[in-house]
Amino acid sequence: MSVVPTTLAVSVARRPSALGRLLRRPSAATAVGVVGAFVVIALAAPWLAPFDPVATDFGAVRKAPSMLHRLGTDEVGRDVLARLIWGARASLLAGLIPVTMAVLVSIPLGLVSGYAGGWIDDLIMRITDAMLAIPFLIVAIALAAFLGPSLTNAMIAIGIAALPVFLRLARNTVLAVKAEEYVEAARALGGSPLRIGARAILPNMLPPLVIQSSLTVAAAIIAESSLSFLGLGQQPPAPSWGSMLNAAQRYLSQAPWMALYPGLAIFAIVLALNVLGDGLRDVLDPKHR
Amino acid sequence: MRSTRILTAFLVLALLEAGVASAQTVLRIGLNDDPDALDPTISRAYVGRLVFAAFCDKLFDVTPDLKIVPQLATGYEWGAGGRSVVIRLRPGVKFHDGEPFNAEAVRFNIERHLSTPGSFRKSEIGEIKTVDIVNDLTVRFNLAEPLVPLIAALTDRSGMMVSPKAARELGDKFGTRPVCAGPFKFVERVAQGKIVGERFAEYWDKANIHVDRIEFVPITDSTARLANLRSGDLQMIERVSPTDLAQVRADGKLKVVGIAELGYQMLPLNLNNGPRGKVLGADPRIRQAIDLAIDRETIIKTVFNNEYLPGNQFVSPVSPFYNAKLPVKRRDVARARQLLREAGHPNLAFTLIVPPERDRQEAALVIQAMLAEAGITMTIQTQENVTMLSAGRKGDFEAYFTFWSGRPDPDGNIFAFTTCSGGQNDSKYCNQDVDAILTKARHEADPAERKKLYDQTTEIMLRDLPRLILWHRRVFTGLNGKVQGFTPHPDGIIRFKGLKLS
Amino acid sequence: MTLPRYVARRLVVLVPTLFFVSLLIFSLQQLLPGDAAVALAGEEHDPVAVAAIRQKYHLDRPVPIQYAIWMGRVLRGDFGESMRNKIPVSQLLAAKLPVTVELAVCSMAIALLIGIPAGIIAAVKQGRPVAVAANVLALSGLSVPHFWLGIMLILLFAVHLGWLPASGYVSPWEDLRRNLATIALPSFVLGTGVGGIMMRHTRGAMVETLGADYVRTARAKSVRERMVVLKHALRNALIPVVTLGAIEFGRLLSGAVLTEQIFAIPGFGKMLVDGVFNRDYAVVQGVVLVSAGLYVLLNLAGDVLAFLVNPRLRGSA
Repeated sequence: MSVVPTTLAVSVARRPSALGRLLRRPSAATAVGVVGAFVVIALAAPWLAPFDPVATDFGAVRKAPSMLHRLGTDEVGRDVLARLIWGARASLLAGLIPVTMAVLVSIPLGLVSGYAGGWIDDLIMRITDAMLAIPFLIVAIALAAFLGPSLTNAMIAIGIAALPVFLRLARNTVLAVKAEEYVEAARALGGSPLRIGARAILPNMLPPLVIQSSLTVAAAIIAESSLSFLGLGQQPPAPSWGSMLNAAQRYLSQAPWMALYPGLAIFAIVLALNVLGDGLRDVLDPKHR
Repeated sequence: MRSTRILTAFLVLALLEAGVASAQTVLRIGLNDDPDALDPTISRAYVGRLVFAAFCDKLFDVTPDLKIVPQLATGYEWGAGGRSVVIRLRPGVKFHDGEPFNAEAVRFNIERHLSTPGSFRKSEIGEIKTVDIVNDLTVRFNLAEPLVPLIAALTDRSGMMVSPKAARELGDKFGTRPVCAGPFKFVERVAQGKIVGERFAEYWDKANIHVDRIEFVPITDSTARLANLRSGDLQMIERVSPTDLAQVRADGKLKVVGIAELGYQMLPLNLNNGPRGKVLGADPRIRQAIDLAIDRETIIKTVFNNEYLPGNQFVSPVSPFYNAKLPVKRRDVARARQLLREAGHPNLAFTLIVPPERDRQEAALVIQAMLAEAGITMTIQTQENVTMLSAGRKGDFEAYFTFWSGRPDPDGNIFAFTTCSGGQNDSKYCNQDVDAILTKARHEADPAERKKLYDQTTEIMLRDLPRLILWHRRVFTGLNGKVQGFTPHPDGIIRFKGLKLS
Repeated sequence: MTLPRYVARRLVVLVPTLFFVSLLIFSLQQLLPGDAAVALAGEEHDPVAVAAIRQKYHLDRPVPIQYAIWMGRVLRGDFGESMRNKIPVSQLLAAKLPVTVELAVCSMAIALLIGIPAGIIAAVKQGRPVAVAANVLALSGLSVPHFWLGIMLILLFAVHLGWLPASGYVSPWEDLRRNLATIALPSFVLGTGVGGIMMRHTRGAMVETLGADYVRTARAKSVRERMVVLKHALRNALIPVVTLGAIEFGRLLSGAVLTEQIFAIPGFGKMLVDGVFNRDYAVVQGVVLVSAGLYVLLNLAGDVLAFLVNPRLRGSA
């Protein structure tokens, strides 16, 4: 972790580092705190969880929050708090990894597609159209049947499903930026496409992608649950926030706490990531430097 | 303005229509799922039977206590050696298209069940070789082998009579527009939306039908289905979840009735279906150990609010064919461990395939925890339903979690599952003694003698355990307080006779 | 390139795209374990019946031949029939397309009504409480599970207040008032979800353009603030919103399964999911093909809109 601030400090030596500027904003600092807390919770789950997350207690099924079970128990008497803490692992992975994958793939492809235009653009975009039209469900069941159940495979499926949106967004931003005066100027001056792409276009592509990423995390966390329900992803009895929500669905009136807490956790992480995204956008924005 | 005038006319029409609609009594029923084709010959899904009850009458029906009573038939007599049966038909019955119901129509229907490719009825009544027309209102079925359960099969889709004229005209599209002789005439179907019927004016028993219009609405989500009952959008819903019962009972405007089902929930175990049969097929003591480690009462208490019935046999404890000498055993972890040691598998591990359905998912979690206490590691593998079923056929499983909707005659609950070449025998269990007993039971007309044969079967089943039968649901129907005259049937199917909306 | 030529070229590419989609879907479906015959038989397995069904629907033939048979029919305008309920797929599609489109249009309208104003407010009043409130509201719309919101709305509006029906769909030609009543809650559930996405992108893009040179110039020329925001900034900010709008609209067409299920609305989403679970190939193919066509057209419309909204794009598309 210590590598990142140092390199940033070197590259923008005259001003405080991007991280420093980010942390100076109270809202962004809070968001970093929340995301950090979730990561810590996920890592320290074995020490934080008050109970074994898979230990059933048939004598205490769907019990309301009490001193013993702070957030109540679920449909087979497992402690909701313990499952929430352990579930952070699967859910953070399922939320963050596929989105990162989608961003990393969509930046180069979007640049090529938008900048080169012509048949390359047509090809990439028509494949994107096709991908958007393929039902996620079929991909998921096919993957579950052939790769077998695992969280990694679920993340691949979610990544595939999220990719087309990122790709389209990246490509359309490139198109818009390409027409800007400063890019035209750079082209007129004979700058290499690679250089123009990296220096002039990339920074402008990031803001919408950052926003989309912070939004997709919620969808990805929820998607993991439907996948685990189809046999891909976290297998029972191991917890994830999504699968907790899934189990809660039929007990909305009898045991509302079962849906409430995983729902709040997802809301908190999504809110924090979005606020963080806003902060990042501001400190990375070339026009604000 | 022209558009305003059109709009006014439109609203007036809408109001008129609403006025007409309120004069009619409409019964809206919430189903658990969207049925498959509405053709009795090729229909398979259980939920379709609820819809058929409105449109298609059968030769016979069963009462709540499983007595066979006439419907489109008026009576039957077995011929010599049980190789033929004569059925007398009700006079004056008309199909929805005005065609007469007679011996010719019965012959047409039976032949249609037997000869249509993809017919799911052939396995039920395949023993019928020919149908003779004795006179306009009497038929004789000639059988290849005696088949006592035949009459029971005629109380379900095998006994449903469709209009021969419509069946010829519509061909394999019949299921999109069924024409039968039931209390309601098919009006329209919006797939995944609704199925609508209106009262058939020339129904043979029309004095007993008091509802003008009927609508079946599939709502998969049980919470949403219940909310629709509470809001008054639906007057009747099938399969109320046991955990929702308290809510229904607390609502003064609603009623709920329940009755033990004919079917059962079970774990078929792979004994000899390919290489994956090696684990659980190795020794019956292994299966007995699993059986002893499961506490059925606790599953039912935990997951189903104690509303279902623990079971261990292919008929439920309330059935006259239940072997009362062999009730559900008490859980015995020590004995289970001992059996595993004797069988040489003290650290048994196997995988249970469970479909993505909450009831079975939750029960599987409970079973997993119980088996762990006996030193058995059971891995739960979730597989989408069709994936699981095809794994079952192919033998790509050690155990899976399924159910049987049940039949009024015990034969329908056991024969195809347990005989060596039975169509549903995924375990590939094969025991010549069992085959002989079950075949004999098909020939035996005396209920007392049949009971003895099924008791014998149960004894063998509980020793060999090719599948673990776990519990019998009680089918709960939720009703609006206005619905009168509803009697629950163990098959879960609604009888419209006498049903009223006050 | 001129706009009409661009549109014409895109429309020509529609055909190979759809062909590619159908091929992809067909192959993917073959990868799924089990087939329609097994799905139809379900728990009640009868080997003879299953074999007969396989034969009838050519499921016993090699995959390329199955594809050729299917394609040959489609070219003659026959999408086949649902193996499960025997209804012709074209009839199913025709019945569900209007429902699906109406639900998507209403949801999108709600999404835009919530998303764009909230996004503008959040951008213009950055850091103020009202902006924070707009953010929290939009994001809660996004992270609330659809099933939860759906059930809560039914309990409130149908069970307790009795203002709206809990389920079902009534065609607008049959009864406009009841049509709107049945479509209101599901559109709201879907609209709040998409509205969150729209809001975030509107806000992001507005912040961006409000800081751009030409907006600063306009401000320096003392153009009225409202004009600056609405005319100069919003116009340019709309590009990602239009792109996303087109995609999300497409998703609403076939991806609203949970909502359709809870409100018993017979749309494409439920049809597709049931089709996949029942291995009802003709149904899946039909829905995917139609929704793929709509996707492509929507994305094209999105590109054209972006082109029209942003004058700087002209000449570069």
